Amino acid sequence: MACIEVRGLRKAFGTNIALDGVNLQVEEGRILGLIGPNGAGKTTALNAILGLIPYEGELRVLGRNPWIERDQLMCNVSFISDVAVLPRWIRVSQALEYVAGVHPRFDRAKAEGFLAKTTIPHKSKVRELSKGMVTQLHLALVMSIDARLLVLDEPTLGLDVLYRKQFYDSLLNDYFDRSRTIVVTTHQVEEIQNVLTDVMFINRGRIVLDSSMDELESRYLEVTVHPEQVAATRALKPIHERQAIGRSILLFDRRANQSIDRQQLAELGEVHTPSIADLFVAVIGNQQAQGAAR
Amino acid sequence: MNDQSNTQVNAASVALNSQKAEPAVISATRPFYWSVRRELWEHPSIYLAPLAVAGVTLSGFLIASLGRALTTQDLALRRQILEEPPLFAALLVMLAAFIVTIFYCLDALYGERRDRSILFWKSLPVSDLTAVLAKASIPLVAIPLITFAITVATQWLMLLVSTAVLAGSGLSVATLWTHWPQMWLMLLYHLLAVHSLWYAPFYAWMLLVSAWARRTPFLWAFLPLLVCSFVERIAFNTWHFAAFLGYRLSGEVAGAELKAGSMAMDPTMFTPGRLLSSPGLWAGLIFAALCIAAAARLRRYRGPI
Repeated sequence: MACIEVRGLRKAFGTNIALDGVNLQVEEGRILGLIGPNGAGKTTALNAILGLIPYEGELRVLGRNPWIERDQLMCNVSFISDVAVLPRWIRVSQALEYVAGVHPRFDRAKAEGFLAKTTIPHKSKVRELSKGMVTQLHLALVMSIDARLLVLDEPTLGLDVLYRKQFYDSLLNDYFDRSRTIVVTTHQVEEIQNVLTDVMFINRGRIVLDSSMDELESRYLEVTVHPEQVAATRALKPIHERQAIGRSILLFDRRANQSIDRQQLAELGEVHTPSIADLFVAVIGNQQAQGAAR
Repeated sequence: MNDQSNTQVNAASVALNSQKAEPAVISATRPFYWSVRRELWEHPSIYLAPLAVAGVTLSGFLIASLGRALTTQDLALRRQILEEPPLFAALLVMLAAFIVTIFYCLDALYGERRDRSILFWKSLPVSDLTAVLAKASIPLVAIPLITFAITVATQWLMLLVSTAVLAGSGLSVATLWTHWPQMWLMLLYHLLAVHSLWYAPFYAWMLLVSAWARRTPFLWAFLPLLVCSFVERIAFNTWHFAAFLGYRLSGEVAGAELKAGSMAMDPTMFTPGRLLSSPGLWAGLIFAALCIAAAARLRRYRGPI
């Protein structure tokens, strides 16, 4: 059974259409990155999946309807929606007690173990902790819940690079196993590139790319060429071109143009796999340009 | 009830064979209990404010009343001076609790949206109804009981000191204590009948406004009542709505009318029959239930503001 199944998901705020018929399916054991520009509908999609907002369309999370059964669903789903949601008045010890009190799948000893590795004092209130510590606390709480789906919406927003690195490291090393599913949105695309198993691009309320990382690597190729090769390379119909110090980098989609192979490109310049960030700029950038032209 | 949910879980695990075990069934009262505790953590003023008032009246009693009682030679007057403060203390503690209740109700479902923590609460397996019921139980149950405990403790301390003074001056202390157990029973009745049941529609209304308002829940709670009163006055030249609110606030029908100085409650005020047969009580409770249900439903739709 798929962990998340979405068909024809629509959500409008007034006249502004945030989600315009989204279809997606996330299997168990995947780490999916949901990537899109600001206002693309990422958070709206996650909120619908978490049962925080009403929506149109079909949506099943672990076989349940999240809007109707949010409380039961939360036994098996955890989420960190952004760093600032832990109540500022709560003490670290109270947060542990409360979650242990209401959550049947929370392992308090495990949470204490995670906290012992940090410098967070038990007696402190959340308002006395630094931003990084609040995230560590929230992560310690969430990682001690034996959930099947973890949703992270911009979990590392506003954190310095050390904390961000630590965040994803502990998520992978201490939490993730093949039976869990993680869905994450972030703007720091480069940092999660190596973490993800799947990636989806979302733009203007629609999914514009939905692929596993393996597929992505075989589908897209990037070639860096010297100016004299540019014309020849352009003839192969790249989907995107950008300039780098005295050279051009051209991106090819092998699904759109199946005749292209690695060998052929290697004769023109240096071939490599594009990063998600570059791919994002190419795919979404093209769309934005088309949208503007229309 | 438990059997039923167990079979449901079994049915679910059979149907979804590939899934891991469903979570252990957690009893419905546990999330409620912890939600109430969390309200007390978040709003310590619920007990700190009445405690502070009790402390102030107690020290006032020790400094002023005791001083006056000890300086007067008139033994009858001395007794009279010592008998008043416990009644006064009860009134002040109740007043403090009432004010705290208003602030609590208006913040309960508004504050969690303003500080975005509602997203954290909603990430845990606690239903909106449980959360709202826990919040409603604070003005309906917790505050009356806390008020009762603090009042009785304050009065008891005052009586203890008075007993020492009166015994020291050779007066009989027996009469000082005789009517207090009955008074405390009456106080408990008054708090539960008036402060809890009779005022329930006010609290529920404020909770509903705090779940609904995007800003200034205080204004949204009270302005409509004022506007209704004045519109009625302008349109029909009557004050029925205002009079109704006043009647409701006075707590008269509830049987224990409490005016300043009339704290020497006599047993005739203990009229649960009259209270329970009053349609006003039931109408109020139905209104309160509707408001609480609406607040729970609103909380489902509401996100951070």
